[in-house]
Amino acid sequence: MTQQSDMRAAQKGGSEGRAVFKTSRAVRYALDRLFTGLVFVAAIIGLVVLTVLLVDIAWDGVPRLSWDFITNFSSASPARAGIYPALLGSLWLLLLTAIVSVPLAVGAAVYLEEYANDNWINRLIEVNISNLAGIPSIIYGLLGLGIFVNLLGSITGGRSIISGALTLSLLVLPVIIIATREALRAIPDSVREGGYALGATRWEMIRDHLLPMAVPGALTGTILALSRAIGETAPLIVVGAATFITFAPHSPFDEYSALPIQIFDFISRPQEAFQVNAAAGIVILMIVLLLTNSVAIWLRNKYQRRG
Amino acid sequence: MAVDGERGSGRSGTGLWQRESRARHYREQAVKIVLAVCAYASVLTTFGIIFVLIFETIAFFREVSIIEFLTSTTWSAAFANPKFGIIVLISGTLLTTVIAIAVALPVGLLAAIFSSEYASTRLRRWLKPALEILAGVPTIVYGYFALTFVTPFLQGTILPSLTIFNALSAGLVMGVMIIPTITSVSEDAIYAVPRSLREGAYALGATKREVATRIVVPAALSGIVAAVILGISRAVGETMIVAVSAGALAQLDFNPLDPTQTMTAFIVQVASGDTPTGTLVYNTIFAVGMTLFVITLVLNIVSYFFVRRFRETYE
Repeated sequence: MTQQSDMRAAQKGGSEGRAVFKTSRAVRYALDRLFTGLVFVAAIIGLVVLTVLLVDIAWDGVPRLSWDFITNFSSASPARAGIYPALLGSLWLLLLTAIVSVPLAVGAAVYLEEYANDNWINRLIEVNISNLAGIPSIIYGLLGLGIFVNLLGSITGGRSIISGALTLSLLVLPVIIIATREALRAIPDSVREGGYALGATRWEMIRDHLLPMAVPGALTGTILALSRAIGETAPLIVVGAATFITFAPHSPFDEYSALPIQIFDFISRPQEAFQVNAAAGIVILMIVLLLTNSVAIWLRNKYQRRG
Repeated sequence: MAVDGERGSGRSGTGLWQRESRARHYREQAVKIVLAVCAYASVLTTFGIIFVLIFETIAFFREVSIIEFLTSTTWSAAFANPKFGIIVLISGTLLTTVIAIAVALPVGLLAAIFSSEYASTRLRRWLKPALEILAGVPTIVYGYFALTFVTPFLQGTILPSLTIFNALSAGLVMGVMIIPTITSVSEDAIYAVPRSLREGAYALGATKREVATRIVVPAALSGIVAAVILGISRAVGETMIVAVSAGALAQLDFNPLDPTQTMTAFIVQVASGDTPTGTLVYNTIFAVGMTLFVITLVLNIVSYFFVRRFRETYE
């Protein structure tokens, strides 16, 4: 469209004869103003949709919120159905995922940044990690179903919290590795050389100097990755999180539900009242995410000021 | 340790240091091995994915011919006389992806231009976290939004004949979800364009729009292509939006107003029901997962090469 109007303007400009540029200045300036408006609208469209989405969900869900909704178990009656087991399941998942993924990811990041030589096998690991970050989450669900639920079912108890947590751990692993590596890379080499100059071995230098300095950056990335894990639905459906639960999980080997799974179950039911439950569940989920993200931002700001 | 060293120096200082250094040496080696194992665990994940997918897909192809899988134009995996034409599910995925990209490409690219060429530093500092929030919203929430807001809104305004489950709403909302991906990757590419190119154009009397559309965008093209491919890969793998709002009707039909089923939505449909391990339908989700994995892998690799190209050009 722009080109067409440009050409039309060019013909006009040509008849005037004295325009250096093919299009007359007035037309070009008008197009510029139009384009400025266009890019501005594009930039705020996302924000507008986000606002509409949040208002719509709050509108639908907030009136349904009550203490009973948070403390009740699953029920066939929408008015009595609650999210207690799902909320508990999500907290279990969060805790176990953090316990499994954080040490593994930090270890991998330290190895790749501080130890690994530039040989083919380490390059393979690097390519592999960036590729893992691009695999759809539902594929991780299939991995969990094949390995943790079926192959190792006798150890994990099949469709248990631990199977779900292990699946989510693998999902967030590349994200935490990448965040930790960036935090390590930001530390100047003078810190490393200072450590060595005082007679520290490589590991002593890493433990006493690099890791404490990398904590804020790595922690922020970790919390963001874990908050992503809280919102993940597809892999948990595939590894068999239950949708109808009338007891609270007591151990990692119990059956479980999770907040997003419960929301999906509410949405899938035809009755209008369950849709309202879904909106209320989403409000709770968004509050949990808001809290975790605020902690991440607070940590980032706190440590940035010190540094 | 320091105290130990002083005590030892009274007798034979060097000997103590040597002994200690041997202990340290072993510890250093042990730590290095533990850390390396952590790094190799990530490779195990990839092997695990490939192993599971291949293993179950082979089991699937023992019962269904690969020719039927690739050429049949019917998908009815859950029915009595099942047909397995993956093309049907691919067409559903393609339809929602095309709609999503039609939204996300223009909006995401123009937003990237605004952010890098037009916005003040202060405004940019506000826009970026806002986009991050948009990217952090769980997809199940987008699914709810598509089903309970976007579809009724379209029905009430311009498309009264729209069915409750349809590809259009799912694709539109998916497009919004992908905007942050396209914006942030193409913004990186736009930043990499050297200032001198812009200044040269300004010196020739170009306006800001002309610089943005005729100089900056063509110069950043390979990065923008990478952004779009990455966006496509996200859309192809996106699950909950389509599972919630696009319906569960697998058919070879490119009408966006009709219900459809994508590869991911099919996996969710089977997995959320009660499917015993080892049955044909159980194996089917792995065959579909394999197809999905291969498609996203190819897209990610292609995008990686485009990203590398723009890095090589300007950095």
